[in-house]
Amino acid sequence: MIAKKQPKKILLKNGRIIDPFSKKTFIGDILIENGTIASIRKTISSRDKDTLKIDCKGLVVTHGFCDIHVHFREPGREDKENLESGSIAALAGGFTQVCTMPNTNPSIDSAEHIYYICGKSNHLPIDIFPIGAVSKGQKSEELTEMILMKENGAIAFSDDGIPIQNAQFMALALQYAKMIDLPIINHAEDIYLRNKGVMNAGPNSDNLGLKGNPNLAESVMVYRDLALALSLNARLHIPHVSTKESVELIKLFKSKSKLISSEVSPHHLYFCDDDIVGFDTNLKVSPPIRSKNDRKKLIDGIKSGIIDCIATDHAPHTIEDKETTFNDAEFGMIGLESCFGVVNKVLVKENGMSLKSLIEKLTVNPRKVMNINTDLFAIGEKAQITVFNPNEKWTFSEDDIYSKSSNSPFIGHKLVGRVKYVFSKNSFFSL
Amino acid sequence: MMLKSKHLIGLEDFPISDLNKIIDTSFKFKQILDSPGRKINLLKGKTLVNMFFENSTRTKISFALAEKRLGADSINFSATGSSVKKGETLKDTVQNIESMQIDGAIIRHSHPGAALKLTEYIDGSVINAGDGSHEHPTQAILDMVTLKEKFGKIKNLKIGIIGDILNSRVARSNIFGLKKLGAEIVVCGPSTLLPNDVTKLGINVTYNVDEVLNWCDAVIVLRIQLERMHLGRIPSKREYHRTFGLTYERVNKLKKDITIMHPGPMNRGIEIDSTIADSENAVILDQVLNGVAARMSILYLLLGDKSEKL
Repeated sequence: MIAKKQPKKILLKNGRIIDPFSKKTFIGDILIENGTIASIRKTISSRDKDTLKIDCKGLVVTHGFCDIHVHFREPGREDKENLESGSIAALAGGFTQVCTMPNTNPSIDSAEHIYYICGKSNHLPIDIFPIGAVSKGQKSEELTEMILMKENGAIAFSDDGIPIQNAQFMALALQYAKMIDLPIINHAEDIYLRNKGVMNAGPNSDNLGLKGNPNLAESVMVYRDLALALSLNARLHIPHVSTKESVELIKLFKSKSKLISSEVSPHHLYFCDDDIVGFDTNLKVSPPIRSKNDRKKLIDGIKSGIIDCIATDHAPHTIEDKETTFNDAEFGMIGLESCFGVVNKVLVKENGMSLKSLIEKLTVNPRKVMNINTDLFAIGEKAQITVFNPNEKWTFSEDDIYSKSSNSPFIGHKLVGRVKYVFSKNSFFSL
Repeated sequence: MMLKSKHLIGLEDFPISDLNKIIDTSFKFKQILDSPGRKINLLKGKTLVNMFFENSTRTKISFALAEKRLGADSINFSATGSSVKKGETLKDTVQNIESMQIDGAIIRHSHPGAALKLTEYIDGSVINAGDGSHEHPTQAILDMVTLKEKFGKIKNLKIGIIGDILNSRVARSNIFGLKKLGAEIVVCGPSTLLPNDVTKLGINVTYNVDEVLNWCDAVIVLRIQLERMHLGRIPSKREYHRTFGLTYERVNKLKKDITIMHPGPMNRGIEIDSTIADSENAVILDQVLNGVAARMSILYLLLGDKSEKL
């Protein structure tokens, strides 16, 4: 269980402080007073009895993580997740800020819907920034009132889950959002090439007799979106990059435009389609888990900075939605609680990425994509802090899940690195 | 010939001297329109045909009046109820009309380039009364007459144009004409309704309507066509009104008076509030009267005899 405390003063002692904004690392103390950063120094002494002192020796103290791609299912499918349960799952993963996708029922496609999500999120323990729909009813026919939605708190626009097929409409969306300097996030997939694919197209899909979704279904759309964004000088963010071709394209276009960004999901870094042999429906995701080679290229992409950040695409589904055949199961897996243990294991422990660099991909970089403040350790700033043990080995289990759903293929997997404490919105949480 | 030009197709390539002459002469016709007789038979014996292949209220009536006040004989042609509906081509239609011996033609058509095409088919003068999203030179000239009447000059005036620049022939003709006469122009509208390379026209662009209003001496508000919404170019009337509309609040908080123009027909409550359209600073009805004077000036200078001195 997560224990919550709200002391007036907290002193985090002797942690390895890594500030991804100033790029400073040192062993030291952080004092939080009334929910804001009061002091960060090598040593802060306090004899005050009211100060809660936490020994962080051997732990890393850094910015609260930010996940720019989650599905909290409210309104409409509160049986899978709601804003509150999603927030707790985020906290458990070390996230203090998340951006929620608008493909709910009804979809978040008006200023009033944005206002509703923000209002319902106010009292929750983390910050929720709603992403608004690009088109009314996610039908790719009429643009949403993006200007009014931004005034009410929308942070970006996406018809996630429904790839925008009409290139003219995509161009108009990029152009319109340019006026308010917010990114468009398109689930890049040609639905005709995807056809009825349920897993990656390749030798494995051939062997299993499952319909394949080819790399091209993603990469042709990634190319289209990049070309449109470049020519219109508009902001584009590419979600859940899954193919090696997409990484190449993003590399090429990033050299021409500063307004392009992308993300990769932990499961695409961890699994490859060899893992689907047991027909585990929790591995059925969109875009699909790709081949070994794609996985390798994604790891290279995030290490080299071609891909900006890590985002979980946390997608809760009920048991009924997953306890069925691979063909009938819903697409998606949850990912908040397991995220750090997964990416730390794959990237830092197995592939030689520095811990500092990994932290950037979970903190400063995703916030930059969304124009969220990145200088979290400035004195006087509202404290958002995540404390983790980078070396703890643990087995991910159902008990570690706080989401209403438990559709995770990581259950039973040995992970490395575990979040221990989170400070968010004036509260201190021990995990 | 009193002008270098034989036709008035658009202002992009129209000589400055002709443009100035038309504007200045318009004021003489305005005096005539204000005088008791309101008529001067400078085009007596000339035959004009008004060819409206597309709907029009203001422009059509304005030309008809201008022709009558000048004593010309005019005939009207509209696409509805004509052989155009039977599939007759533009070329055949106009050559049939011309064979009835006419001196000039006024054409409104939904296709860009229709007016220019017409000059190949007939010998008389052609006046463009709007060709698709291309040009509407007589509207721009009447706007310039109105501005000159109000400010005494065009040079160095700061003019804002707000709305659907992409599809507006009024905007295009005004940009070409006003630039020629030395005005500064800023256009403002949703990014989806601005041409991609609008700055290549030598004008500035902003999405911030308050910025334009604070800067300009006069603003030309364009009609927003509601069908643009369904083409995915603007999300709603509400957002357009809030973001680009000349609202009472917006205009009222300005620290100076600005002149407000609109070519009509207006969508009151969308691109312009009624209180603003009917306010003292609005010269929208002056534009209409100046339209008759400007068109008299254009017809006289293109078709009149030099000996018939004004």
